[in-house]
Amino acid sequence: MNFNAVWTIYVFEMRRFFRTMTQSLVSPVLSTSLYFVVFGAAIGSRIDEVEGVSYGAFIVPGLIMLSVMTQATSNASFGIYFPKFIGTIYELLSAPISFLEVVAGYVGAAATKALIIGIVILVTAFFFVDIQIAHPFAMIVFLVLTCISFSLLGFIIGIWAGNFEQLQLIPLLIITPLVFLGGSFYSITMLPPIWQTVTLFNPVVYLISGFRWSFFGTADVGIGVSLLAITFFTAICMGIIWWIFRTGWRIRQ
Amino acid sequence: MSAIVSVKNLRKAYAGGFEALKSVTLDIEEGEILALLGPNGAGKTTLISTICGITVPTSGTITVGGHDAQTDFRAARALIGLVPQEVNLEPFETVMNTVTFSRGLFGKPRNDALVQDILVKLSLGDKKNSKIMTLSGGMKRRVLIAKALSHEPSVLFLDEPTAGVDVELRKDMWNVVADLKASGVTIILTTHYIEEAEAIADRVGVINKGEILLVQDKAELMSQMGQKQLKIELAEATQTIPKALAGYDLVRSDNGLSLTYSYDTKGERTGITTLLGDLQKAGLQMKDIQTQQSSLEDIFVGLVKETA
Repeated sequence: MNFNAVWTIYVFEMRRFFRTMTQSLVSPVLSTSLYFVVFGAAIGSRIDEVEGVSYGAFIVPGLIMLSVMTQATSNASFGIYFPKFIGTIYELLSAPISFLEVVAGYVGAAATKALIIGIVILVTAFFFVDIQIAHPFAMIVFLVLTCISFSLLGFIIGIWAGNFEQLQLIPLLIITPLVFLGGSFYSITMLPPIWQTVTLFNPVVYLISGFRWSFFGTADVGIGVSLLAITFFTAICMGIIWWIFRTGWRIRQ
Repeated sequence: MSAIVSVKNLRKAYAGGFEALKSVTLDIEEGEILALLGPNGAGKTTLISTICGITVPTSGTITVGGHDAQTDFRAARALIGLVPQEVNLEPFETVMNTVTFSRGLFGKPRNDALVQDILVKLSLGDKKNSKIMTLSGGMKRRVLIAKALSHEPSVLFLDEPTAGVDVELRKDMWNVVADLKASGVTIILTTHYIEEAEAIADRVGVINKGEILLVQDKAELMSQMGQKQLKIELAEATQTIPKALAGYDLVRSDNGLSLTYSYDTKGERTGITTLLGDLQKAGLQMKDIQTQQSSLEDIFVGLVKETA
């Protein structure tokens, strides 16, 4: 294992994050704060408690998940797509490193960035609403697993994408709708029965539900099912990456 | 000398069916400078990319320092530095960071003093904190070389290092290459500029249509294949070539003031002495004589034409 190389990629990517601080950190924090103002304070004040929790507090886990999922995906996809686009990927291909080490460097950095953003949003939330975390350890586990799994997904998108449009395609057309419809801003019990059933096909529901459970102790679906879902999702992403590694798909000619 | 890079029956066919390399076999000796000459699309870059691990070979074997480039890729690649043809650099990074990044990828610990030393040798010492996007084209090329040298490779591949570079910088590059050779680095460079191969290479390889046409010691190649011309300037113009001189295949200039005689340097007898005697007998007065040796370019063009 070439740990020096993994660390080198990790540090290089993290430097990009800190270099573009406004875009990386300030922008997601600002947009999340706007969500708190609009949904939490303005609209939320007219909504009763949801499952015994004030609406402002109820949306906190959903908002964190929304940011973490989109940021992990976009950071990881951009991280590996950019060297492909500008041609510096030749260095990764000709260095004495395995593809798995490349993945560890890029996904590790993207997951760290998403985790930092998630924690900053959580801290921001304390300024707007009164929240308590019922299961802090489970909260950290869910958060870290989500950061890693969506960074893996982002990495796959970055390898697959042939241009900047494709790079945005999956996050915009698939991930954002799934996160919005996955119960970020509502409990799925608020939906008509038929839509409750349809919603269960959305994998993001299990992630948000599990994460919310770690805050309030209540969930739309069982916590075991949530854990199983995120493990399954991570395993699928790892399987695809292993296949890319074996075949050199879209990387080595 | 022993081969540090050994390529055997290397074949590369792309998905579309195009065969970029057709059973290439090549040994690169330790410590030499090998220049690979070839027209556009000859397979020069594919050959380098395949040795360096960027392209996967269809068949054949590559060993670097005795390590198989496929099965023992870490040990093989650790010996190689690559300077690509395109100037591919992260525009927003500083020179120091981007060179340090390359070193780290090869598993080497950070060594600012060594990187600084490399930058100074490449006249980039005062640019270490500059962002890549602020550098001139020539400087960017030097950064690429610094990156390739950052992990102290034993073998350096330079893919057209002086393409589009001004004369002064080209000479600088040649000096850098000469210094590297003196420090024991094996250098393989591809080039369009035949004078470059002529100026710095120990051996010259000619590649065309995915095949190595020849690899030979440069001086040997030029003496074996080189034709020389003897140009005889006459005191008075001659309208025809006298019949007595018909056997020499002389070429008369348009104004009739000079005759050119071509001869093979590898031949035992060049025929110059008898020619000069016969010229006098034919009544032609010589004003001056000069010889010209055919350049590597003539040899190269001749070889490539043969395979066309």
